[in-house]
Amino acid sequence: VSATRFATLPKLGLFTEEHEALRAGVRQFVEGVLAPHAEEWERDGGFPVRDVFRQAGRVGLFGAKYEEAYGGTGPDLVADAIVTEEVARCGSAGVAAALGAHKDLGSYYVHRWGTEQQMGKWLTPSVSGEAIGAVAITEPDAGSDVASISTRAERRGGGWELRGTKTFITNGPIADYVVVAASTDPEAGAHGLSLFVVEAGAPGFEARRIETLGWRTSHTGELSFDGTPVELLGREGEGFAQIMTCFEWERVSMALAAVSAAERTLDQAIAYAREREAFGRPVARFQVWRHRFADLATDIAAARSLTYHSLRKIVAGENAGREVSMAKAMSAEVDWRVADEALQVHGGYGYMMEYPVQRAWRDARLGPIGGGTTEIMKELIGRSYGF
Amino acid sequence: VVLHPLFTEEHEELRLAIRSLVESELTPHAVDWEREGYFPDWVFKRMGDLGYLGLRYPPEYGGQGGDWGHAIVMAEEMARVGSGGVGMAIAVQAEMATPPILRFGTEDQKRRYLAPAIRGEKIACLGITEPGAGSDVASIQTSAVRDGDEWVINGSKMFITNGKRADYCVLVARTDKPAGYEGFSLFIVDTDLPGFSVSRTLEKLGMHSSDTAELTLDGVRVPGAALLGEEGKGFEHIMWELQGERLVGAAGSVAGATLAFEKTLEYAKERRAFGRPIWKFQALRHRFAEMATDLEAARQMTYDVALAWERGEYPVKEISMLKLYAGLAVNRVIDACLQIHGGAGYTADAWVARAWRDARLLRIGAGTDEVMREVVAKAMGL
Repeated sequence: VSATRFATLPKLGLFTEEHEALRAGVRQFVEGVLAPHAEEWERDGGFPVRDVFRQAGRVGLFGAKYEEAYGGTGPDLVADAIVTEEVARCGSAGVAAALGAHKDLGSYYVHRWGTEQQMGKWLTPSVSGEAIGAVAITEPDAGSDVASISTRAERRGGGWELRGTKTFITNGPIADYVVVAASTDPEAGAHGLSLFVVEAGAPGFEARRIETLGWRTSHTGELSFDGTPVELLGREGEGFAQIMTCFEWERVSMALAAVSAAERTLDQAIAYAREREAFGRPVARFQVWRHRFADLATDIAAARSLTYHSLRKIVAGENAGREVSMAKAMSAEVDWRVADEALQVHGGYGYMMEYPVQRAWRDARLGPIGGGTTEIMKELIGRSYGF
Repeated sequence: VVLHPLFTEEHEELRLAIRSLVESELTPHAVDWEREGYFPDWVFKRMGDLGYLGLRYPPEYGGQGGDWGHAIVMAEEMARVGSGGVGMAIAVQAEMATPPILRFGTEDQKRRYLAPAIRGEKIACLGITEPGAGSDVASIQTSAVRDGDEWVINGSKMFITNGKRADYCVLVARTDKPAGYEGFSLFIVDTDLPGFSVSRTLEKLGMHSSDTAELTLDGVRVPGAALLGEEGKGFEHIMWELQGERLVGAAGSVAGATLAFEKTLEYAKERRAFGRPIWKFQALRHRFAEMATDLEAARQMTYDVALAWERGEYPVKEISMLKLYAGLAVNRVIDACLQIHGGAGYTADAWVARAWRDARLLRIGAGTDEVMREVVAKAMGL
């Protein structure tokens, strides 16, 4: 209903016929394997992790960005963006986040900064869905302010040992490996950061799941390390630059997912408004709601144009920091606004746990927070103009 | 730099050429033209000589054979005049009053009206709105009644850009009372015909340099050959015309607001308060970030819509969304620009005051925000 031609036609310099075939395939997987369970998984506060990851791996959801040598079908960033868009329609942002944290964070960091040996160890099984990845940057006292990270890594013998705590880590409690940002030179602040990989079950590594407002199917946790042996990922002291580089893909992925989720939420709200009658006619027939739906669909279309613009820049290999920050901020805010209006049109039912719209509402609220808050995005945009 | 697929390097060359013309020959007069409430006719001729009035038109009528990318570039660069009325008048000439002639006109009409308009020798206006009918086109009262081989037209047209100086008007009139939406037709009416008069020129809130008029048609007799397109298809023809009008209007306004954003950024770097340049304040930094985001979204949406059209789509819903989004975004941005200028922005001759006045029209002209929402809602099946 709300979908615009921007989504498919014209191809906007991004999408080919093969991409559209891929989109149809992923959509089939999402509608057949994920979406039907959204309700049940939400109640359970989780999903059959291993089974879903393996199935997703089997149909190729994790390999679009990666070369054949690692079991992938790429490298094709546009194909990967399509997977993100379609998975976001699964009706459970927690499941989408789990798959995304693996696809666009854990495995992506390994691909970007790992040695061939490290890629063989973690990336290849990630593509097949056998291994699950995560990235841990945030700490109880350091979010977007990456320079304040206090987790320490120190040399011990020929390797490294990790001490500290990470929090809000998607997939943290279920991951087979976690890429962790730690300070290797506390005097140097942001320039003293490095990335490491820690494996599940390593000595001194503990993970505790945290209950969340939304994204309730995702396993989000607090991780603690006490003398845990880890492997360096990339070069010592380059952690800050590595993180900033990877933020770009994380944020454009969040923008893509938000636009997609918003569109789905709006479609469902409209479907409800068509059925629900008040004062003798469907709610969707009242001009105020017709106009509000038109406004929301317009915002979604604008957010999509902006997001595709940032994606196009990334695909072309250009610096897209400013555009990605814009796309992430706008798309997340639009998704949240759409979800809130969708809740509103449901009236009292919107407030009841038995209707799925409350889940969309809780899930969408993370958008303006995760991956850097809207306020942080505005700082980045502002600074890009020389402030 | 990766270009939007709407554009090639050639479009960027055109952009620089238009920009150089605008900045050297038009912008220096902006303040005077604003005060006079008019700009001279030579602007049309000059633009025509350079080929800028026929960018999308076929060479056989003197056009450049270009595409939507060229038209968007033109709309964007005209925003640099710094007086919205000039760009609007030129857009009416090249992208609003004349496209129906190319699309629906006879060979003779194209030779007599389109070709001289492309050369800048004849000035065109478009007559849809009436004192009692705006977007509610079905309420149009102007009538054309057949009399032998001729038509007799009676009625009045309101808010007509270029109305005072136009050589001809492409107008819509009711040709068949009971037929509803099928009862309208388009005509090309020479403004020197007996019974055609400019009843008054209108003072406006903004767009001061454009002449806007109310036209009266009192028993104007036009030949049968003045009928443009199919009899009874006037409503459909006008709906088609409005799509291009909305697209070009949005493109120009977004470009104007982008210029205002850039100039305001420079101002904020210079202007000091409480011991530092005001751009050092976080609240303003975030305001600029919001403006930039609004503008980039509107700009990319403009390009996406234009590309869809260029590739053969007829994206009515998307154009309406664009017009709605751009209108709101541009007005948010320009109001923030005025705010950042403080008292200096509130003086009548301040460029930002001019831009602020001019921007407000986008939410009204070519269909209000509310009408756009209606179109979008209908297209969504609501």
